[in-house]
Amino acid sequence: MNLTLKIWRQNDAQSQGKIVDYPISGIEGDMSFLEMLDVLNEQLITKGEEPVVFDHDCREGICGACSLQINGQPHGPDRLITVCQLHMRSFKDGDTIFIEPFRAKAFPVIKDLMIDRSAFDRIQQAGGYISVNTSGNTVDANAIPIEKGNADDAFAAATCIGCGACVAACKNASAMLFTSAKVSQFALLPQGQVEATDRVLAMVNQMDEEGFGNCTNTGACEIECPKGISLENIARMNREYLKASLKG
Amino acid sequence: MSILDSKIPEGPLADKWTKHKNTINLVNPANKRNIDIIVVGTGLAGGSAAATLAELGYNVKTFCYQDSPRRAHSIAAQGGINAAKNYQGDGDSVYRLFYDTVKGGDYRSREANVHRLAEVSTNIIDQCVAQGVPFAREYGGLLDNRSFGGVLVSRTFYAKGQTGQQLLLGAYSAMNRQIKRGKIKSHTRHEMLDIVKIDGKARGIIARNLVTGEIERHSAHAVVLASGGYGNLFYLSTYAMGSNVTATWKAHRRGAHFANPCYTQIHPTCIPVSGDHQSKLTLMSESLRNDGRIWVPKRKEDAEAIRAGKLKPTQLAEEERDYYLERRYPAFGNLVPRDVASRAAKERCDAGFGVNKTGEAVYLDFAAAIQRYGEEKAYTSGVDNPTKEEITRLGEDVVEAKYGNLFQMYEKIVDENPYRTPMMIYPAVHYAMGGLWVDYNLQTTIPGCYAAGEANFSDHGANRLGASALMQGLADGYFVLPYTIGDYLAHDIRTGKIPTDTPEFDQAEKEVKDRIEKLMAGSGEHSVDYYHKKLGKIMWNKCGMSRNEKDLKEAIDEIAALREDFWKNVKVPGEANSMNPELEKAGRVADFLELGELFAKDALNRNESCGGHFREESVEQDGEQKGEALRDDKNFKYVAAWEYKGAPKDAQLHKEDLVFENIELKTRSYK
Amino acid sequence: MGGLIKSSIARKVAMALSGLFLVFFLLQHFTINFTSIFSADVFNELSHFMGTNPLVQFALQPVLIFGVVFHFVMGFVLEIKNRNARAVKYAKYSGGANASWMSRNMIYSGLVTLAFLGLHFYDFWIPEMIHKYVEFAPEDPTRYYPELLHKFVSPVRTGLYVVSFVFLALHLWHGFASSFQSVGFNNKYSVAATKFAKAFAIVIPLGFIIVALVLHLNHNH
Repeated sequence: MNLTLKIWRQNDAQSQGKIVDYPISGIEGDMSFLEMLDVLNEQLITKGEEPVVFDHDCREGICGACSLQINGQPHGPDRLITVCQLHMRSFKDGDTIFIEPFRAKAFPVIKDLMIDRSAFDRIQQAGGYISVNTSGNTVDANAIPIEKGNADDAFAAATCIGCGACVAACKNASAMLFTSAKVSQFALLPQGQVEATDRVLAMVNQMDEEGFGNCTNTGACEIECPKGISLENIARMNREYLKASLKG
Repeated sequence: MSILDSKIPEGPLADKWTKHKNTINLVNPANKRNIDIIVVGTGLAGGSAAATLAELGYNVKTFCYQDSPRRAHSIAAQGGINAAKNYQGDGDSVYRLFYDTVKGGDYRSREANVHRLAEVSTNIIDQCVAQGVPFAREYGGLLDNRSFGGVLVSRTFYAKGQTGQQLLLGAYSAMNRQIKRGKIKSHTRHEMLDIVKIDGKARGIIARNLVTGEIERHSAHAVVLASGGYGNLFYLSTYAMGSNVTATWKAHRRGAHFANPCYTQIHPTCIPVSGDHQSKLTLMSESLRNDGRIWVPKRKEDAEAIRAGKLKPTQLAEEERDYYLERRYPAFGNLVPRDVASRAAKERCDAGFGVNKTGEAVYLDFAAAIQRYGEEKAYTSGVDNPTKEEITRLGEDVVEAKYGNLFQMYEKIVDENPYRTPMMIYPAVHYAMGGLWVDYNLQTTIPGCYAAGEANFSDHGANRLGASALMQGLADGYFVLPYTIGDYLAHDIRTGKIPTDTPEFDQAEKEVKDRIEKLMAGSGEHSVDYYHKKLGKIMWNKCGMSRNEKDLKEAIDEIAALREDFWKNVKVPGEANSMNPELEKAGRVADFLELGELFAKDALNRNESCGGHFREESVEQDGEQKGEALRDDKNFKYVAAWEYKGAPKDAQLHKEDLVFENIELKTRSYK
Repeated sequence: MGGLIKSSIARKVAMALSGLFLVFFLLQHFTINFTSIFSADVFNELSHFMGTNPLVQFALQPVLIFGVVFHFVMGFVLEIKNRNARAVKYAKYSGGANASWMSRNMIYSGLVTLAFLGLHFYDFWIPEMIHKYVEFAPEDPTRYYPELLHKFVSPVRTGLYVVSFVFLALHLWHGFASSFQSVGFNNKYSVAATKFAKAFAIVIPLGFIIVALVLHLNHNH
């Protein structure tokens, strides 16, 4: 199939970027979206132009590196997948495809479609852990039985891959779904209770400092999340936060 | 040829580790504050090592090429992690895990290391649960286990199909805690480009800041390499796009011996290549072989008709199908180990029975399982005289409950419904058992340079068992390296801060810069990927699932020629002093082009078939095992550790004899 | 408390609580209005009570005004902050693919409602205030219904009211249900609560529209 790609090109964080048009032909439905970009880059290199820079690594939907806004949606039109799992059969001959980076003030562009998501790391560093040393003599793993429902919910929250699609989809560039997934994982487990108060306060505080927007419950994040992280996590974080604020 | 000192402690196998821990040197807490450690790679091994070292009080600097430690490729491990907890009461023990691992590795691993691995496996589960890793649980609230990789006990802990992700996030959270404390300085989007030696000891690294292109010097009292495996040598693999050998290869060039490079694992159940555009292969969990039956058409004409799209697999009657694993290995059938299943698939495809466009795929068929489960379900839910459609529907529900996410993933990639038509699968490169040679303390042949996880060679021998990679990475990082490294660092308490303005750093930095300049200078005809794909083809065709002397010799020459061409004609666009992924790739492929040659040399040297390494010259000549792999314990019961001597083909072999005091060497049979 | 209100979640909760308060007020307002279409006397009586009861006038009314002002001001502040959180806009943004129009345009439905409140204050509240607290006119308990009727003579005003109620419905459609999520209420009752909120979002504004239309038609007959 033949396509017109409209790709955001930006040399570095300081420069102005713009959308550049690239016609491309000979694309097959069996190609993944990133393989289509590989083809484009190979052509650009041959022509002596700079290839398009984008983040990608595992190409199997789990590392969370790929982060493209395709035709106005994070990870493209399909649901519950990342860009690397999106295949070109989702498009048709003659289509025009907008390809932009995930946009948020807290995710500055590094180059072209590559963004800096270290804000997510800092949110996690603020309290996304349980303070336990590696000693080899923590209690036996089965000494802490956990109700299966809670264990499953904690797991569901923990499947977040930190790609940032929630922020990209949100009209307010809010990071509530990401932050709440981590808060929820620990809030649902007995191991996480000891530090629960400090954790939620610290993580929300860091999230705010990074310059993410506020949640207005549009639900776009949940729809676009490649792992289907539920909005329930946001409600849970709101509860946890209120509880912690009143306590603290 | 020198003898390598593996420093295995004396004494009975089961006491070695405890005794060793009790007798090695320790560093007192006040001194740990004055000692810096660099950790390269932040996957399971590197992340867990960094966190633990920082907890102990060392100053840790971590480096990873990804934008966050959380994205290391450990995250992609699906199945699970083994541990000898015996929670199921099915007779598992540390010894059994040890035994299974040595046997699975085809008797090419070190007894003492593997036993230690089995011992600490139980601590890993305790530690991870304490960190909040959400393992699968039963309704009673206790941890669930499953059986994996055809072993006789259920010792695999798992978190759905995302065990690697959950364990990595656990290690990452432990790192985050230390980053907040200021004990870890995390350098993301940084790539180590050389190791710096001072007076023979590893004292730092040269790294490139991938965002700015700046070349940086970092010093430390010890350097830990946990940079993963080198399977991307084959271009197409289940590795991440960025996985590379650069860190370990640079250490090799500086004096660390590289052990058993030819031991790579080729996983039998991956989604086949669909065309030349392919950049990556996707693994389908091994668990599918529990219910799927593997077959190709019996008649070549049928295979040709299928490839031409004139015939559908479902149109072939039962007697027209060749269930070749069940035919060749009646005892184990579809559940033979990974290396055996992979080779059998290749054999059929090479003989012209492959079933996709490219002729490189076999069927994994769930029709029989759907039928069987459907009938069971109909019976247990009291449906009398169910119709064929009802049975199929019920059976599909059961299969969906077990493998739904995998089937969905398959359908997304291949665009075929695997409930209705058999899946197509083909083997793909998945794991590297070989790696930097390390002694019992995980130290390489460079003093002060350690290797952990997939980057070292130590625990899996010639073939890795399922659910053991995660176990080894975390064992090394949480429970082994943080202790053994103290034995070395105890001598460094008076050293003080290592300066970076020394001639050694000057020299290393200059070499790195010159090399980058040389890569950028090539006026250029071909892209980096062009060379990487060519290298991959040579590796796959001549050093792949089945190897022979002629091919390996050709491969050595072809790789050397390709490397020469690469340095003359590679085209790297952009600039060196900015974000430039093509330059990153170029540096990595340049190293693969050297490793590939050593790989072939090692494979040529090892004229026996063991585990993932199959030499066509070394097969059973007669008897029941005729045509199967033939191991040669008399001549090859050793670790091949290669010392760098300039061109890879000049590498010098050092042997570490493997001593088996606790296990009797046997032939693996699956007939 | 100062620290609390600075956090994004606290603001969100504040929006939700002020919104819920206004929803409650709306219900009360609607109940009184609704009486006007079947009994002028009941309407007069209730209006007289609300207009003269000191508790309503000097306690509830300021609270209500504070609630309204707070909800609007906070809404504006959040809107500006949220816009700033994405400095460079997308060239193409398919918001409709993953979120409802109502949820994405609360600021516009809110602005229309605010404009309507201006009109409504101009129509009723300001004359009322002047009547009572500037002119100190003598209270006539039967004046309310005729005054009301008089306002709905004009088809233009009636039309404006109807349109405004449509926007109010859009605002409530997202706002009411979403306030539960904001205060952390998300459990097995959520589905029912959401259904109730959505029904409320349609029924109450529709009721207001009916009242306006009936009054308009009543007068012209």
